[in-house]
Amino acid sequence: MKSKILFFIFILLSFFFIFSQNLTQTDQKLFTPVDSTVLKNFIVRDVGNDDGTRIEVFCNFPFDGKNFTLKLYRKESGDSNFKMLKTIKSFPFKIVDEGLFSDKKYEYYISFVDSMGGESEKCIINQPISPKPDLFKTDKTILLLMIIIYTVVIILLVESVRKGKELFVRKISGLDTLDEAVGRATEMGRPVLYVPGSSTMSDIATIASLNILGPVAKKIAEYETKLIVPNRDPIVMTVAKEVVKESYSEAGRPDAYNDNDIFFLTDSQFGYAAAVSGIMTREKPATNLLLGMFWAESLIMAEAGNTTGAIQIAGTDAVTQLPFFITSCDYTIIGEELYAASAYLSREPLLLGTLKAQDYFKGLIIIILTLYFLILIISLITGGNITILKNIMEFLRFIFKS
Amino acid sequence: MRFINFINKLDKRWIYLVLALCIIIPFLFPIGFPMKTTAPVKSIYDFIEDSIPEGGVVLIGADYDPSTMAELHPMAKVIATHALSNNLRVLFVTLYPQGAGMAQDVIENVLREWNNSNPDNQKELGKDITLLAYVPGVSAVVLKMGEDIIETFNEDGYGNKLSDLEVMKEIKNYNDIDLMVELAGSAVVLTWLIYANGRYGLNVGIGTTAVSAAEYYSYLQSKQAIGMLGGLKGAAEYENLLSKKGVYWGRKDATVGMDAQSSAHIFFIILIVLGNIAYFVSKKQKGGR
Amino acid sequence: MFIRRTLPLLVSAIFGVALIFQFFIPHPASKSFYNMMLDWLIIVSAFTYLIAVQSTVELHITKIKRKVEGWQYSIIVLVSLFVTALLGIFGGAFMPTTLWMKIFHNVKPTDTTPLMYTYLYMQMPMQSTIFSLLAFYMASAAFRSFRARSFDATLLLITAGIVTIGRVPLGEFIYKGLPDVVEWILKYPNMAAQRGILIGVQLGIIATSIKIILGIERKYLGGGK
Repeated sequence: MKSKILFFIFILLSFFFIFSQNLTQTDQKLFTPVDSTVLKNFIVRDVGNDDGTRIEVFCNFPFDGKNFTLKLYRKESGDSNFKMLKTIKSFPFKIVDEGLFSDKKYEYYISFVDSMGGESEKCIINQPISPKPDLFKTDKTILLLMIIIYTVVIILLVESVRKGKELFVRKISGLDTLDEAVGRATEMGRPVLYVPGSSTMSDIATIASLNILGPVAKKIAEYETKLIVPNRDPIVMTVAKEVVKESYSEAGRPDAYNDNDIFFLTDSQFGYAAAVSGIMTREKPATNLLLGMFWAESLIMAEAGNTTGAIQIAGTDAVTQLPFFITSCDYTIIGEELYAASAYLSREPLLLGTLKAQDYFKGLIIIILTLYFLILIISLITGGNITILKNIMEFLRFIFKS
Repeated sequence: MRFINFINKLDKRWIYLVLALCIIIPFLFPIGFPMKTTAPVKSIYDFIEDSIPEGGVVLIGADYDPSTMAELHPMAKVIATHALSNNLRVLFVTLYPQGAGMAQDVIENVLREWNNSNPDNQKELGKDITLLAYVPGVSAVVLKMGEDIIETFNEDGYGNKLSDLEVMKEIKNYNDIDLMVELAGSAVVLTWLIYANGRYGLNVGIGTTAVSAAEYYSYLQSKQAIGMLGGLKGAAEYENLLSKKGVYWGRKDATVGMDAQSSAHIFFIILIVLGNIAYFVSKKQKGGR
Repeated sequence: MFIRRTLPLLVSAIFGVALIFQFFIPHPASKSFYNMMLDWLIIVSAFTYLIAVQSTVELHITKIKRKVEGWQYSIIVLVSLFVTALLGIFGGAFMPTTLWMKIFHNVKPTDTTPLMYTYLYMQMPMQSTIFSLLAFYMASAAFRSFRARSFDATLLLITAGIVTIGRVPLGEFIYKGLPDVVEWILKYPNMAAQRGILIGVQLGIIATSIKIILGIERKYLGGGK
């Protein structure tokens, strides 16, 4: 009888023990490691260059031929709850644990699960660790250096121009014709239509376009011609109004400025194209200036303008739209010429200085690309055995990857 | 000679009329040429098929409006269907107000077709798929999503709290999104590539109009984008891949349009050839005089 | 002058530099500053639509008042604007509002909302039509200007011909390897040319940004210098 009672108590205790283990993953006891040599292969460390919310756990030990999976747990120091993070089936592995807090300490545990599903004790693999917030992204150092160098070069060139250095800027026929195009509209007594692109203010092409709008509006005010500026973005419209208003004042014709000539149409891409085409057909502007960012709607506007017989000058940095503009417009300002326009039109020394900086950097990029290409060809011919070439290529790749 | 004069003085409207016929007739009498799957399309398909675990999340950017829906709507349908067939969760996001209507239409259609064809594996709005509410700000929204998606939108497009939705379980930011496919005919694609991929490392696939497709090849080669569906053909190729897998039941909108596109392209070539013949004959005449 | 010129320049310089440095500082304090900036941007963007509505209404009311040619269309614009807005506010965007269901008893929550109705059956066909114009314009533009005027133009013409045919199934039907040839053209020659332009454009973008931050470029504030 006694043995039966003992057996019954044993069964109850076992049940209680197993059940409590299955129900909750809490355990105050620090388990003794299964095999300390194996556990040494697990490394837990703070992830660098972050805001102190990540810790990485990795293991380089291959565990070849072992028939088990591994479970990774995390526990906050002083807390009793384990959180199962991942079941790991292939080795070596690397896991980044995210969403942590820098003011808390974390412990990581692993357990081994055999093919029958039996799980070993949880073994701690690290000293409690907190993720640390960093003050600088060291992996972005080269990027920061490049920005600083580019800015310094711009400032130096601007300074040298300020001191009176002459800079040569090649002819951009599309921009040279702007005057003539505005003059034509005046002669014909018809308005000038200025489309500042279909994008928002966050697009630098739009800003470049508004920079061109200034001198154009000034010229138009001098000639006393009507200027129409339809917009797709309310912010662009607000800025365009300011630009035109100021330019009219500068030209000494603030009275000629009409607030209703710079207006919002719609934010729908093709709705905008349709409305602009409509304006081209009804108002029959003598000159259409399509400058800024355009997408698939570019041809709809350019063809509509072509049909009305207006002189058309287009400019965009959207490479895929250039062919459409070249086909349908009289002059096309291609890519970076749009950004050079502001300096080109105003001939302001400060702006010309930045143009030169762009050229220097482009030259530098061309030299590096050519160098890389030559080294690549030589390495291919020689079978890639020359260490110095390999190192140079590695270095260039490192710079441009970062 | 009269022919050359006719070509030189041809009224555009005749060209428009013939082109319209070239597009309409194949819809009435389809031929159905076979199609090869191009690599950029296959890589998006393979990514969804092999690289995303069950329960993973695919974010679809519906940044297009009815104007480009002919090309981009079929893409949204196939990608959403593919993701659902692999038991992935699908989130639609839009940065422009008009895109919300497009996304809503796709969700409705895909759910209806899926549930009609799979009575034993029903999908639900809010559990398997949803549309994030429209929030203005474009690039600011893309950047903010990289920090906290729920905080950016708060609600889904139907007015439900995102934190209560099952589809949003364990999704905080881009780290929890396995793939983003951006469907747009404008430069929003670049916004996603520059900010979401460049800054946060999100896997981005592109779906764009045929007119814009050439622009994005450089992003494919630099691996900033994992793949691309270019125009109606990209969508048609994807439809075929899904049909082969046996998980596409809806109308093959893109495939149906391929015959029309083929005949229109042939007409383009004929026009260019005719234009050049006329040009050379006129040039010769002027030279002779 | 301070309010119109110096202050805007100061604001753009301070926030421009701050956001550049923020990118390099991963600390939580820098992140919360960044998040605050994004929230501001989103809030400001939302309000710009009010400006858009104000501009549209003002423009068309002026047209109607002055009875300029085609002023009748302005009435259509204004009526459409307000009817659509009202339908959205009272009828709901994707699901009918309770108010709408109370007014119209036979409306169920699953029914298409009036706003969606206008979207599906008015906006969709209208906008699709505009997009489809592209095909017609492309045809006439190709016919008019795609001529083999020089060696370069001939090369371009041949390449365009191959891509045009190779991008549709018919091309594959004519020659099986054509889609691969097209992929090759797009992947290498096309991309090489594009990258050349892109590098220049990106440098231009960076330079313009720096010019704005440093206050060298001021034309976007209006006026010349």
